[in-house]
Amino acid sequence: MIPMSDIFAARTQMAISLAFHIIFAVIGVALPPMMVLAEAMWLRTKDPVYLCLAKRWAKGTAILFAIGAVSGTVLSFEMGLLWPRFMGLAGAAIGMPFSLEGFAFFTEAIFLGIYLYGWRRASPAAHLFSGIVVAVSGLASAFFVCLVNGWMNTPTGFRLLNGQFVDINVWKALRNPAGTPEAIHMILASYCAAGFATAGIHALLALRSKPNQFHRRAIAIALALGGSAAVFQAVSGDALARVTAVNQPTKLAAMEGDFETRGGAPLRIGGIPDVQTRQTKGAIEIPYGLSILAFHSPKAVVAGLDQTPRSDWPNVLVVHVAFQIMVAIGSLLALIGLVSGWLVWKRRTAFTQSRVFLKVLVLCSPLGFIALEAGWVVTEAGRQPWIIYHIMKTSDAVTTMPGLPVTLILFTCLYLILSAVVIWLMSRHVIATPKDEEIQALAVGKGIVHA
Amino acid sequence: MHNPAVLLTLILMVSLTFYALFGGADYGGGVWDLLARGPRQQQQRELIANAIAPVWEANHVWLILVIVLLFAGFPPAFAAVSTALHIPLTAIIIGIVMRGSSFVFRAYHTADYRTQKRWGMIFAVASTITPICLGVIVGAISSGNIVVKQGISENGFLTPWLGLFPLMVGVFSLSLFVFLAAVYLTVESTDVQLQEDFRRRALVSGLLVALMALATFVSARTGAPDIYSGLLKPSIVWIVQGATAVFACTAFLCLLARKYKIARVAAMLQITFILWGWGMSQAPYLLQGDMTVNDAAASPAVLWTLIAAVGSGLVLLVPSLLYLLRLFKMGNEHLPLH
Ligand code: HDD
Ligand code: HEM
Ligand code: HEM
Repeated sequence: MIPMSDIFAARTQMAISLAFHIIFAVIGVALPPMMVLAEAMWLRTKDPVYLCLAKRWAKGTAILFAIGAVSGTVLSFEMGLLWPRFMGLAGAAIGMPFSLEGFAFFTEAIFLGIYLYGWRRASPAAHLFSGIVVAVSGLASAFFVCLVNGWMNTPTGFRLLNGQFVDINVWKALRNPAGTPEAIHMILASYCAAGFATAGIHALLALRSKPNQFHRRAIAIALALGGSAAVFQAVSGDALARVTAVNQPTKLAAMEGDFETRGGAPLRIGGIPDVQTRQTKGAIEIPYGLSILAFHSPKAVVAGLDQTPRSDWPNVLVVHVAFQIMVAIGSLLALIGLVSGWLVWKRRTAFTQSRVFLKVLVLCSPLGFIALEAGWVVTEAGRQPWIIYHIMKTSDAVTTMPGLPVTLILFTCLYLILSAVVIWLMSRHVIATPKDEEIQALAVGKGIVHA
Repeated sequence: MHNPAVLLTLILMVSLTFYALFGGADYGGGVWDLLARGPRQQQQRELIANAIAPVWEANHVWLILVIVLLFAGFPPAFAAVSTALHIPLTAIIIGIVMRGSSFVFRAYHTADYRTQKRWGMIFAVASTITPICLGVIVGAISSGNIVVKQGISENGFLTPWLGLFPLMVGVFSLSLFVFLAAVYLTVESTDVQLQEDFRRRALVSGLLVALMALATFVSARTGAPDIYSGLLKPSIVWIVQGATAVFACTAFLCLLARKYKIARVAAMLQITFILWGWGMSQAPYLLQGDMTVNDAAASPAVLWTLIAAVGSGLVLLVPSLLYLLRLFKMGNEHLPLH
């Protein structure tokens, strides 16, 4: 076995667990509104294609939600298992959003049970309402957990006395500067990632089968959600960047690959930062861009990494590259969202049938998720070496339990296997063009089969 | 109730009780899946799966609530437990992941019976091991070996939990969950033969519970002396013990008399009193012998806001939960889920 320090193993295990959970969590946030929309369309138009769609998406949600729930449970334990000293110190300050999240999980799980298995038991209105509750609770749980993460980035609501938190005010901790902007950005990211992924999958199936209404409507709903989220995402990302500029200048400098402090800082696109020579090479520079974006003034001074001791730098290369990936994808998806929106507005909906457009959607389907993971790398790796920004170092938070590489390997294997099975199951049971008979059966009401 | 730490502890105990009553029974169902025998084993498995499917995710959230309230209200206790009991806690989360995922995988592998069976096997085995580990945690907390100073576990990472007593508590918990599940399943089944199958299983596991209770008690004498003497104190604890015995006998007799609905209530009360008996003999300690509820508690202001949050959460939770149970557990079992 390669020798590996416990702290490195712990960070890697945390990163893998989170990166795994987030995929399923995003689906728990974004698929329910889509299935509710499809069900509502069915109730209005009585077109069985919509019912079929609602059931398909519900089936997908059922599988993915369960994996989300168990991987989320792993995370709650891991916060203590890997970072007990962090939880011992900060548990009281961040317990509130976690507790509120707990109740959101309750309503989400309860009404998802009703939605999935209650087709015959609840009235149509009650059934639709259950779906709406699932969608709202998913949104709420994402909101609360981002408030926790925001607090790690911009801790507020306490005084530090001899290394202990005193006078903790949980409401002030909830209202930390980064929390709400992060939460909004994250929720939009969920819609964007899941919307484009779903649209892309249906586009792929549409390319393979003869023209059909099923995929056409699926793409319309998924793209409406994903495309509009992508457009707002750029706005929200800009707002978030400004919060970062004020509260975590070192992180912003790493995102931009800015080694020197200066007024009228340029915005860099691309490029590779080199910490040895303290230069970022190969980037396209837009003069004054960063100063304008971060502080709304071309002359504003933007702190570079030189303001921070070398030992407190995050991994600049990783943070910079991850940020470039997110922004590049964000701009592309927003463009697609805008163009599609404009075409729909002009009533030129024929484009949704064209093979070129379908192929573009297929190519875009993983991009939202890639941007999302990249964004989290920016946030989390950019905060290093701090677990609570400027309060506690990650290395001081890690458990004293030896042999962490073992659990790292264990969980990595576990997640790899689960991913393989989920992909296989989804491709067998959810990602398939329904047969005409299936839709016909739904039309005559025989098939209120559960999802 | 002017001490918020005590109030929050009671809330924690209530959540733990609900987890045992609902989530615990879901584990027990998994064990009966593993033990499905005889001509009706296929029907037994289906009954179990249909009973669990709509509710297990909601039932599971009680555990999350326990964890979250523990670290929000009693951070040092959470830190100490997660440090000293790293190994069994890791086993639990692996068990939870395997159980939940294999359960859905099985449900969607309907086309291929062999693969379905394989997932069923993983589901059943994970359902057996996880509750043992949960019990081991409870036993370890009671045995007074969890001493964590400056983030360092003074008894290492094995001694705090690797002993006869924690293991006994583990097996005892398993027997409780198994019993509870069998009792619930007598009510769930509409088929008389299936009902008889689970009635027999409930009676056998009921005896097992009694046996394990005795064995655990005896092993507490050396394994958790404080709990042992706590359980013998002639005080309120005796009332709790007495009530446990009464409900245990009621459950047993009702099973004999085929009064399944009453047996279900009695079994639930039995488990509740066992848990609260443990809680009372553990008081005032959160971690036996080392950290009391008040030692571990966050500041009163934090605790009161937490309690308020739980209160308002309950306003949402209670009606939702009742609606869920009304749809799936109140006498309309004949309606297909599919
Ligand atoms: C679909 C995914 C997605 C897309 C298209 C974008 N982002 Fe993003 N971004 C995320 C998904 C994401 C995220 C969900 O991964 C993060 C991590 C933490 C957070 O709250 O959101 C994030 C973090 C994040 C941060 C880090 C904040 C911090 O840690 O202090 C900034 C500055 C931006 N984003 C800015 C942008 C900009 C300017 C975008 C332009 C188009 C953009 N994001 C598109
Ligand atoms: C930004 C990151 C996160 C988001 C958006 C998010 C969102 C969600 C959502 C929507 C669910 C519902 C289940 C599902 O959809 O599959 C969920 C489940 C869960 N998450 Fe996360 N989560 C995030 C990070 C975390 C973290 C860091 C923790 C723990 C410390 C956590 C703990 C949990 C738990 C315990 C569950 C299970 C709830 C259940 O049983 O229903 N999550 N999460
Ligand atoms: C779900 C999306 C998330 C992803 C993909 C993610 C990713 C990561 C990564 C890559 C690391 C390792 C950083 C490094 O060592 O360089 C990390 C660490 C960590 N994250 Fe996140 N994160 C997410 C959300 C959250 C949230 C919502 C919380 C808080 C509730 C959180 C809490 C932590 C903690 C405690 C650590 C370990 C300490 C540290 O390295 O600073 N994460 N995460």
